[in-house]
Order: sequence, then structure tokens, then C-alpha cells
Amino acid sequence: MEQAPRDPERQLQPAPLEPLGHLDAGLQSAVGEEAEVARDESPGEGTMTENNFWLKKIEISVSEAEKRTGRNAMNMQETYTAYLIETRSVEHTDGQSVLTDSLWRRYSEFELLRNYLLVYYPHIVVPPLPEKRAEFVWHKLSADNMDPDFVERRRIGLENFLLRVASHPILCRDKIFYLFLTQEGNWKETVNETGFQLKADSRLKALNATFRVKNPDKRFTELKHYSDELQSVISHLLRVRARVADRLYGVYKVHGNYGRVFSEWSAIEKEMGDGLQSAGHHMDVYASSIDDILEDEEHYADQLKEYLFYAEALRAVCRKHELMQYDLEMAAQDLASKKQQCEELATGTVRMFSLKGMTTKLFGQETPEQREARVKVLEEQINEGEQQLKSKNLEGREFVKNAWADIERFKEQKNHDLKEALISYAVMQISMCKKGIQVWTNAKECFSKM
Amino acid sequence: MGTLGGAGLAAAAGRARTVGMEGDRLASQARSSGLPAGGATGESPGVDAPLLGGSGSSALLQAQVLDLDEDEDDLEVFSKDASLMDMNSFSPMMPTSPLSMINQVKFEDEPDLKDLFITVDEPESHVTTIETFITYRIITKTSRGEFDSSEFEVRRRYQDFLWLKGKLEEAHPTLIIPPLPEKFIVKGMVERFNDDFIETRRKALQKFLNRIADHPTLTFNEDFKVFLTAQAWELSSHKKQGPGLLSRMGQTVRAVALSMRGVKSRPEEFMEMNNFIEIFSQKINLIDKISQRIYKEEREYSDEMREYGPIHLLWSASEEDLADTLKGVASCIDKCCKATEKRMSGLSEALLPVVHEYVLYSEMLMGVMKRRDQIQAELDSKVEALMYKKADADLLTEEIGKLEDKVECANNALKADWERWKHNMQNDIKSAFTETAEENIHYYEQCLATWESFLASQTDLHMEETSEDKPEAH
Repeated sequence: MEQAPRDPERQLQPAPLEPLGHLDAGLQSAVGEEAEVARDESPGEGTMTENNFWLKKIEISVSEAEKRTGRNAMNMQETYTAYLIETRSVEHTDGQSVLTDSLWRRYSEFELLRNYLLVYYPHIVVPPLPEKRAEFVWHKLSADNMDPDFVERRRIGLENFLLRVASHPILCRDKIFYLFLTQEGNWKETVNETGFQLKADSRLKALNATFRVKNPDKRFTELKHYSDELQSVISHLLRVRARVADRLYGVYKVHGNYGRVFSEWSAIEKEMGDGLQSAGHHMDVYASSIDDILEDEEHYADQLKEYLFYAEALRAVCRKHELMQYDLEMAAQDLASKKQQCEELATGTVRMFSLKGMTTKLFGQETPEQREARVKVLEEQINEGEQQLKSKNLEGREFVKNAWADIERFKEQKNHDLKEALISYAVMQISMCKKGIQVWTNAKECFSKM
Repeated sequence: MGTLGGAGLAAAAGRARTVGMEGDRLASQARSSGLPAGGATGESPGVDAPLLGGSGSSALLQAQVLDLDEDEDDLEVFSKDASLMDMNSFSPMMPTSPLSMINQVKFEDEPDLKDLFITVDEPESHVTTIETFITYRIITKTSRGEFDSSEFEVRRRYQDFLWLKGKLEEAHPTLIIPPLPEKFIVKGMVERFNDDFIETRRKALQKFLNRIADHPTLTFNEDFKVFLTAQAWELSSHKKQGPGLLSRMGQTVRAVALSMRGVKSRPEEFMEMNNFIEIFSQKINLIDKISQRIYKEEREYSDEMREYGPIHLLWSASEEDLADTLKGVASCIDKCCKATEKRMSGLSEALLPVVHEYVLYSEMLMGVMKRRDQIQAELDSKVEALMYKKADADLLTEEIGKLEDKVECANNALKADWERWKHNMQNDIKSAFTETAEENIHYYEQCLATWESFLASQTDLHMEETSEDKPEAH
């Protein structure tokens, strides 16, 4: 289930770079140890062929983030964050890892990589990047991109992105991806040389197709609706979660004030003094416990966010299908009209309006030679058209087949990941409750001893 | 400590007008109060069975008699002329029999000895051409002989409570009178008579009356009795008695002038007391604000949670595999939301009213300090006058003598009541916060149980799915 069919897919791939099979050591990628244990779906370990890149297991980590200043394209000074990507290969025998590559990349380079993947693998649900700007903030979190907490969470998100790509059966074999991890200088130029920007479908074209396509595969239509719903419900959830977090923060922190006041009050009390003082201490503990709790919850929110962005990736695949389908329908329509024209010319009946017909009527009929020439041209065109239609049909069917296979893979991944995330949320709540019981039990003891 | 205070207070409360009548009244009181629920009238108070059950009472009487012997010394101190105190009090001054002391030895923490039960309920709105106001129904159940009946039902409005408080303060300037709820709360009041406000006030008024009933001295105050028992017209005519407005105003002016002097010559223990009151007042006010703020934050948290749960339910509608998990989370969140509501209502019942009452108490205490200082200042000014004016020395000396008595009485009354008040305050604060802590523990326990059972159900399912092991029972 993890392996995607190899050969037909290669046909679909425009190959200016010949991404497959040209490097010496084929390396097998596997999920790095930084990933969750559950995501250990090592794609086809053992089905290595010379077509595979990776022979040994590799680990990928985004281990550091660093503020840098440099000059941008307009020669103006800018500040940005760079991330250190380290790749290690793991020796089979002793499990020791050796650092093979290490380089720095910034967010915009990740974006470039992803855009490239989107163009060359339109049938794949391409993993999303972490958000560019902090959204769904609650009051404590800064919306500033330079904020250390945000940078840290983005670092984790970028690592997650790389791991997802590396564990995808098809994407992991892409050469540009490989170079992203290994070739620091010149990588950008290499990507741009593929000319992928030109190959990208124009937004307008895609939009047009979406409105005009007549018979898209029902499953894709349903998928589109699903992805819309998923996006809407997750963003709603994240918004409310942020508000809940804000309120919870308030409840806990206000209790901290008790600590200070109790302590001051205890100074004038003889019998109650000790009890008040120690109860106050517990109130302080209570108030400060919320910081860790909410930090953990941010990670949970990030997990949900990833699937929020995945919704867009799903839609991209649907759009591609609609585009291809529309293309197909247009081609078929065109062919049908040409055939009709041909028929009319041959039989002499005019069923459709045509400019030629009008001019003929107005300026006199054409000669039989002229007519025959035209028929011949049309027949050629029809032949070509039929060939094209055949291959387009084939392409379309292949696309649907491969895309749907990846979508099924994605669905399973999504169900697994989200279920785990929800369970981890429950675990967090349990931990929070246990802490609360502890603190208030201690406080109660102090109060009852007053 | 308690018994001492009670006896001391009772003694300080002033003596009755004529000894003769007093003696009779004392006797009948002793008979009626010391005996099991039957009272002088021979009727049982009916519903109030818990007080003074038949068998134990005589043993109780015995015990009280023994305890009281040591208080006799205290009583000596107050055998002086109390006519300078404007007392309306009905309480026995020089109790001739130990039995009569029993009624004075009563505290909130000895419910068996309570013989006066008061409830305040049924707020009703009254509209007249001039104003709109609310009256509350006050039901008093008692076994005391001096009450003509064992059950009374009257209607009173806030103004009447204000009147009562004023009379009590007049009669006992250095006793700690329980506080009344505020006239109105300016902040956040949309409508003067919204339901929450009325309910809070009703509870506070009930507390006010019960505190008076539990106070060893104030409980015998005549105005208090009238307040509890008189019909509307009776109350109005009773109110019209007493010092007129002008004389009261005169008193206030003098009081302000004098209170400054009193501060200077304040004895050490009262300096300490004043210091305590100042700091206590600061702190309790802060705690009041903090507690109110916590309530507000919890309310807002609960509001957000109410929206949070259903989103998961909505999501489950578009999922297949995830639907159960999502529904589970939704239900957990809803249950936690309900637990939060409960926690909030616990806070608003156990903690907020108590803390707020003590905020008002702290204001009361400052007033009491002032009045004590005034009384002292009166003495001091006369003493000064004596030093500078040789004429009328005899008259002044006599006045000074009386004032010295007055000061001593006032100080002792305050001291005793202060101890009692502090003791009660500690108990009240302790139990309010202990209860709050319990509510919080209970809240977290409930939420814990909810999430744990959800988790267990999920891991069960997971095991079934992987079907490697047998699903464990949770």
C-alpha cells in the first residue's frame, strides 16, 4: 500500500532532470528518529532497486534556527531566520548514525521546494509547510515572526515537512528534494532551471475549468467538499481553542494574586498565619502551572494546523483532475465538431452555421477541388484529434488511478494522525486535572489547619 | 474564651430599668429558656424540634451552671451605673440566678442552644406612585418566653433593616454590629432590581439577622424584637420614638470633633487592634476583588467551552473513522463544561458572600474604633477641662467619674466582642476557603474521570482494531 506504481508514473513525469536512477548510491529513506514512533511506516524497506535513491536509512532533522541579516533581491537589508538541516545515514549493523550532510535553508527555500513538488507531482497530496505567519494566536503568543516560541514551533514544523516528504513513497525519490538536503549553494538555480514555473497551470485556467467541467469523477467532487468542510471546521476549532486557552490562562493567573495577599495577611494573624502563608504558596504553584500546560497544547494545535493546510493540498489534486477532465472534454468537443464539419462537407448538407458556408453563399460556391482539399485537412485533423483524445483519456485515467491511490494513503495517514492527536489531547487534560487535584488538595490541607 | 466573652457582653449590655420587674422577667426567662422545647406557653415550637431535646437539657443546665461560676468576677466590674449608656436593651444586667446566664452563652457554633431561628425569603416588588421597593418576608421561630408567640411572620424592606442597624449601633456603640449588604452596587448595575442582586441581598439580610440572633448581647435588644415581630403600623410608630433627628445630628458633629482626640490617647491594645483592622481591611478588600475576578474568568471560560465541544461534533459528521473519537472528545468537553458551572456556583455560594461580608465588617470595625475613640475623647476633654478650670471642680470630677466608667465599659465590651469576632472570622474564612478548595478538587476529579474513561475507550477500540491482544477491560 505504501509503494506507488513506478513505471506508469514515470510517463507522467516530465523529466528534464531524469530524477530517477542516475545517482550512484541508491539510498533508502526512512522516518527519522525525531518523528513519532507511530509514523514508522518505512516505505518499502527491502524493495530496493537501482531506481531508488536511498540505500541506507537516513535521518533528517532541522536542528537549529538562527537569525541572519542579508541583502535581498532589491539590495535592501533584511532579517530572516535560517534553519540548519542535518542528514544522517544510519549504519544497518550497529544503528549508529553518521552525519552526511548539513546545510542552512530559509523558509522561502522550503516554499520553492514545495512549489516545485506541486507542479511535478500533481497527483500527490503534497505535505504542507508550517504557517508563514502566526495565526490563531491567543494573547500570550506573539504574532511576531521573530518571536522565539514561534521560531521554535516553525522549526519543528519544517522538520515535520521534510520527514513527511522523505517518508512518501514517491516524493522521497525526487532529485530536487535530494539536492535540497545535500547541495547548499546553487540549489535555487537548479530548481529554477527545471522551468517548473512555466509548467505550472495558470490559476485562471484552473478556475475556468472548475466552473465549466461537466463530468468530473464524482469521488473528486466529494473530496473537494470534504476538504472544504475539513478546512472550515478545523479553523473554527483552532479559533475557539485559542479563546479557551486565553480564558484558562486568566483563571489560573488570577489565583496567583491570592498568594501575595495571603502572605501579607499572614503577617497580622497569629493562629491563621501559617496556614494562610502555605496556602498562598500553593496558589502560586497553581498559577504558574498553566504555562507548561498551554505550551503542550500549542503542539496539539500545530498538529491540527497541519491538516488544516493539508486540506488545500487535497483541493490542489482535485483542481488538477478538473483541469485534465475539462481539457479532455474540450478536446472531445472539438473533435466532434470537426467530424461534423467533415460530414457536412462530404454530404453537402449544412447543418451547422459556418463562416465558410456563409461566404460560400455570398460569394459563390467553391470548387470541388477546394472542397476536397478542405476535407482532407479536416480528416488529418480528426486523426490527430483522435490520437490526442486517446492519450488524454489514458493520461486522465492514470491520473485518477494514481491520485486516488495517494488519496487513500493520505486518508489512512490522516485518520491515524488525528486520532493520535485527539488522544494526546485527552492525555494532556488528564495531566492537567491531576496537577489541579494535587495543588488544591495541598491548599485544602493548609486551609483546614488554619 | 467564649463563655467569658458572652458573659462579659451580656453584663455590659446594660441593666434593666427597674429591678423588680427585671427579677420577675428573669425568673420567667430562666424557666422558659432553660427548659426543653415547650417554652413558657407550653407549646412546642413545632418545626424547630432540634433545639433542646427533652432528655439532655437538664444535664446541659448543670454544665452551664458549673461553667458560669468563674464569670462571677467579671460581673462585678459592671455593677456601676449604666445610665449614661442609652440602652434600649432588654437584657438582664445583674443576673441573680445562674440559670439566666444560659441564654447569653450562645454562639454560632453551638446550634443546640439556639432558640431563635430566622429566615428571610419571598422578595416582593411593591409599586407606589412615589417609588418602587422590595419587601422581604421574615419568619421567626422561637421558644423564648419574652416573645408572645412561637412563630412570627412579618414583611420588611431594606429601610427597616437600616433603621434596625442604626438602633443597634446607638445602643451598643462599641459592639461589632453585623454588616448590612450595600444599598446598591453602582458598578455593573443595569437595573436596580435584577434577580441576582435581589437573591444576593436576601441571603445577606438573612445572614445579618441570624448574626444578631447569635450575638450574646444583641439578641436581647428590644428593637431587634420589635423588628422581628411587629406589624407594619406598629413598627412605624415604634420608629418614631427615640432621640429626634436634631439631637442625633448634634451628636454626630460632636463625635467628629472628638474622634480625633481619642486617637492620641488610645491604649496599646487598641492601637494593635486598629493596626490589625487597617491591614485586614486592605487584604480582605483585595481578596474580594480577586475572588470576584476569578468568578468572572471562570464564567468566560465556561462560555467558550460551551462553543468548543459542539465543533468536534460538527466535525465528526464529515468523518468516518474519526467520528467516534471526535464524538468522545465533544462529550468530554461538555461534561467538563458542566463541572465548571458547578464549580462556579460553589464559589458564589461558599466564598464570595463570606468574603464580601467581611469587607463590610472591616468598614464596620473602623466605625467601632472611631466610636470608642470618641468616648475616650469625651473623657479626655473633661479631664483637660478639670486641669485648666479650677471652678466647678466637683461637678467635673463627678462627670469624669461617670465617663471613666463609660470608657471602661466601652473598652471591655469591645475587647470581648473583638475576641469573639476574630474567632468567628477565622472560622468563617477557614471554612469558606476549605470548601472552595474542595469544590476545585471535586471539579478536577470529575474532569479527570471523564477524560480517563474516554481514553480507556479509545485504547480498547485500538486494541480491537489491531486485534493482536485481547481487549483489556478498563
